[in-house]
Amino acid sequence: MSASARPFPNRGAQALRVVVLGYVGLLIILPLVAVLREGVSQGLGGLWHVVSAPAARDAIVLSLWTAAAVAVLNAVAGTATAWVLQRYPLPGKCLMSWIVDVPFAIPTLVTGVMLVLLFGPTRPVGRWFEGHGLPVLFAPPAIILALAFITVPFVVRSVEPVLAELDRTEEEAAATLGASPIRTFWTVIIPALAPSIASGSLQGFARSLAEFGSIVVVSGNIPHKTLTGAVYVFSEVEGGRPHAAAAASLVLLGAAIIATLGARAIAQRTVPVDV
Amino acid sequence: MSSPRLQRTRQASHSLRTAPAFNVAPLRFPPAARPVVLVAPIDERLRSTREMSSISHVGSAHATLAEHRWSAGRLAIMALVVLYLATILVVPLIALAVETVRTGIPAVAEALRTPEAVFAIVQTLWLTLIAVVVNCILGVAIALVLVRQRFPGRQLLDALIDLSLAVSPVMIGLSFLLVLGRDGWFWPVLDALGIRVAFAFPGLVIATLFVTLPYTVREVANVLTEVGEDEEQVAATLGASAWRTFWKVTLPNIRRGLLLGVTLTAARSLGEFGAVLVLGGSIARKTETATTYIYGALEERQNAGAYGMALLLGVVSMLLLIAIERFKSRSSDA
Repeated sequence: MSASARPFPNRGAQALRVVVLGYVGLLIILPLVAVLREGVSQGLGGLWHVVSAPAARDAIVLSLWTAAAVAVLNAVAGTATAWVLQRYPLPGKCLMSWIVDVPFAIPTLVTGVMLVLLFGPTRPVGRWFEGHGLPVLFAPPAIILALAFITVPFVVRSVEPVLAELDRTEEEAAATLGASPIRTFWTVIIPALAPSIASGSLQGFARSLAEFGSIVVVSGNIPHKTLTGAVYVFSEVEGGRPHAAAAASLVLLGAAIIATLGARAIAQRTVPVDV
Repeated sequence: MSSPRLQRTRQASHSLRTAPAFNVAPLRFPPAARPVVLVAPIDERLRSTREMSSISHVGSAHATLAEHRWSAGRLAIMALVVLYLATILVVPLIALAVETVRTGIPAVAEALRTPEAVFAIVQTLWLTLIAVVVNCILGVAIALVLVRQRFPGRQLLDALIDLSLAVSPVMIGLSFLLVLGRDGWFWPVLDALGIRVAFAFPGLVIATLFVTLPYTVREVANVLTEVGEDEEQVAATLGASAWRTFWKVTLPNIRRGLLLGVTLTAARSLGEFGAVLVLGGSIARKTETATTYIYGALEERQNAGAYGMALLLGVVSMLLLIAIERFKSRSSDA
């Protein structure tokens, strides 16, 4: 594969690369560097000081635990959904697959409006939960519901192709040797699916940390209680405190990057095995 | 070997020689096909053997296994999954439709016809159009560079495009405010030139371009990796210029990925909220988009406008989703 055989010989290839790197540099790297500089403008100590202040700390902790809860929920529900989609002769499976992708298309703010309409204190469903001592709207359950809506596709779409490629002879062997379906599931299927489940959950976790549109309308944004990290950043920007906003968003982005890198590492490690 | 076709032809010849006792056979074969082919065409034979092998594979062991497992446990799992998806995804969608209708169609229609709402819708359509055109060109360029070129920092570029998905929309808005806003890095230059970016239309464009960057790149890059560069190399060997190779070979190959990526881009730009809210400021009839209009209407308790616009966006997204699923199934067929 010599360079001249490529569709774009050297000159054109270089020009294209310069344009691409310039665009990505200006659109993505430059603004992120600006936030990084703003965040550490008062040193790492200054960053820590802002982030460890009660309001910021509570908001970041709320974001982390709700995102983690949704990641666990997705690991279970997403794997089960992928399993049903791949293995069960369900009528209307096409529709089900379509529904799984709904969150990719629906604007997150619209998701928030939907939940407000469903669980608002004056709505039948909302009143029922309120009456049973479990307020949903303006409380952490609303945040978890919003995040669960948005992250449905991640685990399903990451597990599905692996499940489709899975060699069924191993399951048959296990069954022939007398293993119960449950034992076969845990000792044969789960180990094969584990990397894709982990990768999908981590992507969903990172996505949850970044979520703003749906949460800002459903959570009520009460400091220390239902104010998430992203909404805290928003309130600091609006309040004219860019340093606090930058510091908190750097911490959230840091956690999201760790999760994304983890998902990438897992995905890349498993690719050669599949092929 | 007895392919279904062969059996059928034998039956047909039999029925031709004897009296047509079975009225099925003559119906199946139009007059032109009557000179009976005793050997099925080669592709037909290949297909049937492939079908047979897969049937024997699935048929023998799996049918029995499936029958064993078609138990209370399987039904329970299926019911739970359907229930979960219905609760999380379907019920909220229904709630939106029902509540919008309950608010009153005339009130909703009137709210959506106000100048503010019309302005927000038109502005969102412009942003979507710009995002689609820019990503169509630069998305393909980035994917080509990412997949077809080898250079130091390629992995970093790849990681950055993944990373852009993990950046909170609010953080995107903040970051561009720090670069382009008042007292931002480029403020002196922008001020001298009299260009307003933050809290103006260019700000909305930049925010939309940031959030939509990964979609076309990812879909086109996937297809580029999949098809390989053999065909491009053949074209180059036959003397086609790089430009001609791109138009005649690469572009037709990546078409399905590009269509999918562009549809995802459109869906994302229609629905972007956080970044355009922070960078645009949601000024009525200036930087308000469909989503920020909903947010403003909710704050002002203008329910008809908020629900109506949300339903409108929801319906348009669903139409885009139909296109997305169609492009997806097509790309998995190939």
